[in-house]
Amino acid sequence: MTHLHLAAALDGAGWHPAAWREPGARPADLFAPAYWTGLAAEAERAALDLVTFEDALALQSSDVLAPDHRTDQVRGRLDAVLLASRVAPATSRIGLVPTVNTTHTEPFHVGIGIATLDHVSGGRAGWRPRISASAADAAHFGRRDVVALTPEDLTSPAARSFVRELFDEAADAVEVARRLWDSWEDDAEIRDVATGRFLDRDKLHYIDFEGAHFSVRGPSITPRPPQGQPLVAALAHSAVPYEFAARAADVVFVTPHSRDEAAAIVAEVRAAEERVGRDGAPLTVLADLVVLLDDAPGAAADRLARLDAVDPLASDAGTVAGTAAEVADVLLDWRGAGLAGYRLRPAVLPHDLEGVTRALVPELRRRGAFRDGYAETSLRARFGLPRPADRYATTSGSSR
Amino acid sequence: MPKQIHLAAHFPGVNNTTVWSDPRSGSQIDFASFVHLARTAERAKFDFFFLAEGLRLRELKGRIHDLDVAGRPESLTVLAALAAVTTRLGLAATVNSTFNEPYEVARRLATLDHLSEGRAAWNVVTSYDAFTGENFRRGGFLDEADRYTRAAEFLHTARELWDSWSAADLVADPAEGRFVREDAGAFRHEGQHFAIQGRFTTPRGPQGHPVIIQAGDSDEGREFAARDADVIFSRHSTLEDGRAFYKDVKSRLAKYGRRPADLKIMPAVTYVLGDSERDAAERAAEIRRAQVSPQNALAFLEAVWGRDLSGYDPDGPLPDVEPDLAGGVSKGRAQFRGDRSETVRRWRELAEDRGLSIRELAIEATSRQTFVGTARTVADRIDEFVQTDAADGFVFVPHLTPGGLDDLAEHVVPLLQEKGVFRADYTGPTLRDHLGLGPARTPEETA
Repeated sequence: MTHLHLAAALDGAGWHPAAWREPGARPADLFAPAYWTGLAAEAERAALDLVTFEDALALQSSDVLAPDHRTDQVRGRLDAVLLASRVAPATSRIGLVPTVNTTHTEPFHVGIGIATLDHVSGGRAGWRPRISASAADAAHFGRRDVVALTPEDLTSPAARSFVRELFDEAADAVEVARRLWDSWEDDAEIRDVATGRFLDRDKLHYIDFEGAHFSVRGPSITPRPPQGQPLVAALAHSAVPYEFAARAADVVFVTPHSRDEAAAIVAEVRAAEERVGRDGAPLTVLADLVVLLDDAPGAAADRLARLDAVDPLASDAGTVAGTAAEVADVLLDWRGAGLAGYRLRPAVLPHDLEGVTRALVPELRRRGAFRDGYAETSLRARFGLPRPADRYATTSGSSR
Repeated sequence: MPKQIHLAAHFPGVNNTTVWSDPRSGSQIDFASFVHLARTAERAKFDFFFLAEGLRLRELKGRIHDLDVAGRPESLTVLAALAAVTTRLGLAATVNSTFNEPYEVARRLATLDHLSEGRAAWNVVTSYDAFTGENFRRGGFLDEADRYTRAAEFLHTARELWDSWSAADLVADPAEGRFVREDAGAFRHEGQHFAIQGRFTTPRGPQGHPVIIQAGDSDEGREFAARDADVIFSRHSTLEDGRAFYKDVKSRLAKYGRRPADLKIMPAVTYVLGDSERDAAERAAEIRRAQVSPQNALAFLEAVWGRDLSGYDPDGPLPDVEPDLAGGVSKGRAQFRGDRSETVRRWRELAEDRGLSIRELAIEATSRQTFVGTARTVADRIDEFVQTDAADGFVFVPHLTPGGLDDLAEHVVPLLQEKGVFRADYTGPTLRDHLGLGPARTPEETA
């Protein structure tokens, strides 16, 4: 049996809105580095593929389109790229995948930031580009007009075309990052004392990207990252983002609520790949699931009910609560729908992350469904992706 | 207690002071190089580690400049990683206020302050060149005259964002059922350059505000620093220049309600140690020769002549052609701003008097190392600068990556500690503590 890919999604006190109130939670430490390095190290001990770090340019809100005034849920976040970079030296094998906004940021800064994360982590960087359609986010920058969306008109033609445009822009941002990463060939630095040249300028390339929203000349200021092309992951829930993932990403996170839905979504993803004419390796499809794990039968479901009574969970992803054996049953059943693995969202940190690493992973190993440790060193290699040749290289042998 | 010295380490940057041809010269991009220099600085109890920035590769005669070290990481990202391998050292990033937005920069700096537990600093720089702008959404839109007004408003806006969370806004009390105070992070700014509002995402960092560094030298730059900066990264590295600059800048503080100690003046300096004065002088000359390769000497002259000089022999006499005053051949670094005809005249005279070749002239005309001598004389000289108010301390720019400060840390710092003019150990956790700065100023104090 091929092994599952397993990622852990880290955010705040966990994905349940009442998580921060739990006895084992550390709500006062959510902005302290030790909290995050501890979680990532826990995930690494179980040899998980990667951890993701959520981010957004607005405070968390119970309303997806606007800020709220609630004071009883976790609010506030750290910049995810910097957080991932802070975690990098404290870990050695696990992949680090921060979320980065593409609507209000500079593609050049984003490209060199991820390249830098790849350098400091020795080839373990990825990123999850995300758009922002909210007027509240736009007001933080004051630079562009946005269509002010309300829940009623989310499906209006104007809203749909606006969102499509944001995804097109996100694809442009990924394209810029990818070109910047290749803009230094691997052997561009020559240190040739005889000619006084540090660089071979023929191995540095202008990227000359021209898009609807920005143009970027290049080359990068940062040498090619160790992986060549750090991993790109996308979270997607519908046709337009599936197409974005198919155009721009290596891995897609999807949100089925059943095995049948998983099969339908995988088919949609493959159809999107077809529509956009994706070449190269197909997307690795991972399902997002909120998980609650306890040893005693029924305990996880009871805990979920108790948490929901305080502050009910509303999630785009499905929820699985059970013992390690029960959760493993679900994961192995749904994989038959074409999933390569899962991005698990621990409902409560660190409790449910430890449930994954200390109970679920050993259970999956017993069933031959998860590796015993890390073999490969780069994150790309973990997803079966080779270190790609540089798109600008004219001579062979540029891969090292 | 004698006046205390502040010290910072500049990661060798993308310029010809960094010697790459030396066999000891290591990678300018491997994280291990950053770790080496940062740990050296922390072992020597330096105040902070400093990273410069350059958002476009430099060009000469329309092609990428290939003679000097190039290739660097994104500053804040690498500093966040360095926060993991150091515990006390301040971490200073140069971040451009032209090709960024206040919301994002304030957020990233507040994040670095959290991730380093109070060690973040921001060197605020401005740029107006369309050349760098070609890498960014906004392009090269800014008039030179608007540089400082935008930078000042950018910084003030960042302060408003940092102040949008008070330390008490983060409650995180399960018993009370309250995570934050209502409307934590709420802000609104209306100004000439920025009109933004909403909720800031990052709670107040341990320092409140990161340490603000400023490097400009013009009258506007000095005024900006006097009003808004905690540290000036200056270029005045001789005693006389240093004292005049120091006096001028410190005298500007009172009108902003600030004390002289609230702004530290730290010139960028270089150094060479030897077993004797003579040994040090010889080493210094060798290093300058390595810094100015024959190709670099021609490039140096081309920036002043404004024309292609590749047909000239670097070991031969100065070019006999006149400078092309309309021509500009170098892009992406501070332009040569002096009177070019006058410079050419002066150099020709110097070369003639002393029989200098192009390369020898370039070596002569580029800056000499600031401190050259034995560990003892260098320590004495550093102390003299500080005790006589030519500086509050120094930003050391090594010529080698990553071991370029090893001997300073090992041989000079202990002498300064013996003199009682430099800390034997850190006395507080934050960079504000190291620099002897008070708590972040309140909105009333910076209004």
